[in-house]
Amino acid sequence: MSATELSGKTLLDADALSRTLTRIAHEIIESNPELGDVALVGIQTRGVPLAQRLGRLIEERAATAPELGAVDITFYRDDVSVRGGEAPLAPQPVVRATQLDFPLDGRTVVLVDDVLYTGRTIRAAIEALFDYGRPERVQLAVLVDRGHRELPIRPDYVGKNLPTSRSERIQVQLVEVDEVDAVLLVSTPEEETR
Amino acid sequence: MSSRPGSTERPHSGDAGAMAAGASPSIRLVTDELRPPGPPPRRHLLSIADLDRGDVERLLGTARTFAASLERHVKKLPTLKGHLVVNLFYESSTRTSSSFELAAKRLSADTLNVKSSGSSVDKGESLKDTALTLGAYDPDVIVIRHPHIGAPQLVARVTDAHVVNAGDGKHQHPTQALLDLYTIQQELERLDGLHVAIVGDVLHSRVARSLIQAFGLVGIHCMLVGPPALLPRGLAAEATSDIGAIRDADVIYVLRMQSERMQPGANFVPSLREYSARWGITPERLRPGQKVMHPGPMNRGVEIDPRVADSGDSLVTTEVRSGLVVRMAVLYDVLTGGPVGVRALAAAEVA
Repeated sequence: MSATELSGKTLLDADALSRTLTRIAHEIIESNPELGDVALVGIQTRGVPLAQRLGRLIEERAATAPELGAVDITFYRDDVSVRGGEAPLAPQPVVRATQLDFPLDGRTVVLVDDVLYTGRTIRAAIEALFDYGRPERVQLAVLVDRGHRELPIRPDYVGKNLPTSRSERIQVQLVEVDEVDAVLLVSTPEEETR
Repeated sequence: MSSRPGSTERPHSGDAGAMAAGASPSIRLVTDELRPPGPPPRRHLLSIADLDRGDVERLLGTARTFAASLERHVKKLPTLKGHLVVNLFYESSTRTSSSFELAAKRLSADTLNVKSSGSSVDKGESLKDTALTLGAYDPDVIVIRHPHIGAPQLVARVTDAHVVNAGDGKHQHPTQALLDLYTIQQELERLDGLHVAIVGDVLHSRVARSLIQAFGLVGIHCMLVGPPALLPRGLAAEATSDIGAIRDADVIYVLRMQSERMQPGANFVPSLREYSARWGITPERLRPGQKVMHPGPMNRGVEIDPRVADSGDSLVTTEVRSGLVVRMAVLYDVLTGGPVGVRALAAAEVA
């Protein structure tokens, strides 16, 4: 996607995004009396800064800093490979770091991602997580749930439910990655939706 | 089309670059027919000459993330679950075949290992027929080592698999060159601007041919050192028979005397003892801090002194470890859209 195609309808501006994250942080504090056991694990790319922001918000409010981690799901995707010389389903992925510098055993891991769509990313992230250890429980926090689930996956913390059509795309922009905070609704031609 | 996880666009690296064309005038070879007729070629790794710097950096980067995954409690990744990798080896090999097998297994692929001895090759089956037979199992990747130049190109033509060259004659051994770049980068923390001296039987070495091209891609200055009769002309590197030339190198890359590829009766060197005396890598010929590499198998006491092979500056076992993660990266890369296609061999490569 080139930058010019990213102009779309703004669904959340910077203020709304910040209020939404604050609310999710409160919900995580309320649902987890043992905050010391909680680890926030962001899914690369934009889940990682979101997890860091939630970590700061939780620390400000509860005086306990949850462990922070990052998980890259590239090697756990279910759409690796094409045969017979067709164009690949997705361009060569950029592999990012998985960083889980704390033992997972016994912890409550809150997976953090920007947009929840088919659920396949979350499935891959759960599988990746279990190759590092055995968390006590796994919860899911997403900034936007846009529907169209293909797997039995349900978020525990949702910033905003945004029913979309498959030909639309939700673009989350974060200062850490995109120099601006916003959630946009972008229409894409049918053949580009995957 | 299958659904893609997540809705947000993940940034991707640049488009698959155009494959490098053989620029030198090519005579007509069997391989000229291998040019794919139109649709985009399947992705193979046949020669370093097909790669550009971006490809090399992507492969090394992927290898680093696989190295991180091997430090976990669970070392297996599900990435290539359900894929079949066939290892077809027409020459003996310990490191290459075992590391390709383990690389495929670490990525959850199924593996099928076929060696020429004990297979129908013993009964006179041609490479083409063996490739067609194995191709009938619908493998995703065929890894092939063969004494003849161009064998991987033949397999790529007659099967639907992605083909990885694990060594063809004295032509190419691309995964060895990549794992050596990875090793150098891990140990010396850079590639650009380093000096490497390749010492020994360059003439019969596919490793040297792949390495010289790979060094050129990443900005490593390369010097060839060895007996005049074993230094071929036409390679893109300075050559000298003066062993003293290794003093300027950051890395000494030692090659094995490849007696099995020498014509019977040909005298490239007066004797192995003479070779060892003049070009063997001994502690006395090294200055402190120079790293020593060798693709294996080593002939201790011939091209490399055992004291050097076992010293702290020897990277030989590091190379073996690198081989696993680099071959994982290569298997992953050909299956996810690396840019490499089948290219006609230039005349100079076959000479």
